[in-house]
Amino acid sequence: MGIGLAVGAYGLSFGAAAVTAGLTTAQASALSLLLFTGASQFALVGVLGAGGTIVAAVAGALLLGSRNTLYAVRLGSLLEVRGPRRLLAAQLTIDETTGMATAAPAGLATTAFWATGVSVYVLWNLATLLGALGAARLGDPAVLGLDAAVPAAFLALLAPQVRARRPLAVAVAGALIALVAIPLVPPGVPVLLAALAVVPLLVRP
Amino acid sequence: MIWLAVLLGSVGCFALKLVGWSVPPQWLERERLQRAAVLLPLPLLAALVMVQAFGGDRTLVLDARAAGLAVALALVLARAPFLVVVVAAAATAALLRAVT
Repeated sequence: MGIGLAVGAYGLSFGAAAVTAGLTTAQASALSLLLFTGASQFALVGVLGAGGTIVAAVAGALLLGSRNTLYAVRLGSLLEVRGPRRLLAAQLTIDETTGMATAAPAGLATTAFWATGVSVYVLWNLATLLGALGAARLGDPAVLGLDAAVPAAFLALLAPQVRARRPLAVAVAGALIALVAIPLVPPGVPVLLAALAVVPLLVRP
Repeated sequence: MIWLAVLLGSVGCFALKLVGWSVPPQWLERERLQRAAVLLPLPLLAALVMVQAFGGDRTLVLDARAAGLAVALALVLARAPFLVVVVAAAATAALLRAVT
């Protein structure tokens, strides 16, 4: 239930943010149907909305989507999924399904994965459509403050993940890199440069 | 052109997921790589907050979005729910623009 409410709210915000960034309702829905990983979708429309190139937008989405690779490795050793169903399982590999599958009691991980995956997929896509249709009807996004809703959504997404010292330090470093880079480099690139904040973790033990 | 970004992003992100399902689990044991990859979304999200709140046409801008973000930050620190944070930020910016 908690997850359902969060996914619904997040999906509504995404649909609205996508339309605010200049996408059509069809494009917003296509992202939720095909790309189906929230933070990457937000990054893609965020960079496009800021005037970034397609390359910068896609690169941002891929950087954010790379954690799904790790989730998939984890799930692959946890769940019994064979044959063509792997393609379906791959598409449903996101934060929520990995969280539920790894937290489920032994023997229930596979059920938890599919149940969470299917319900989040349906809910996410319905919420996206509603958010996009709503924002498209409302007119000028700035008058309603919708452009201020987007950074707030990212912040709310980030906050629960930075309660420890190291994650907070990495996030603050990313924010500072972006602030310095905004006047210096083309739109979209500041977000990519912020990825450099994790480099010290690779070289130091 | 936006459709191209939609399709490339979708294909790329699906490939990232599928790769994980296809590599041996030992791959996870590279501890530093894993730690960096798990934390990677954090600086990207933080950067997106900055770009969306303060970004202009190759300049930093302080406008109603910043006020919205300040309200969002206060609510996030008070552990308010996602939707409350987002709606309050939008309402703050809208109100500020309406009165100025």
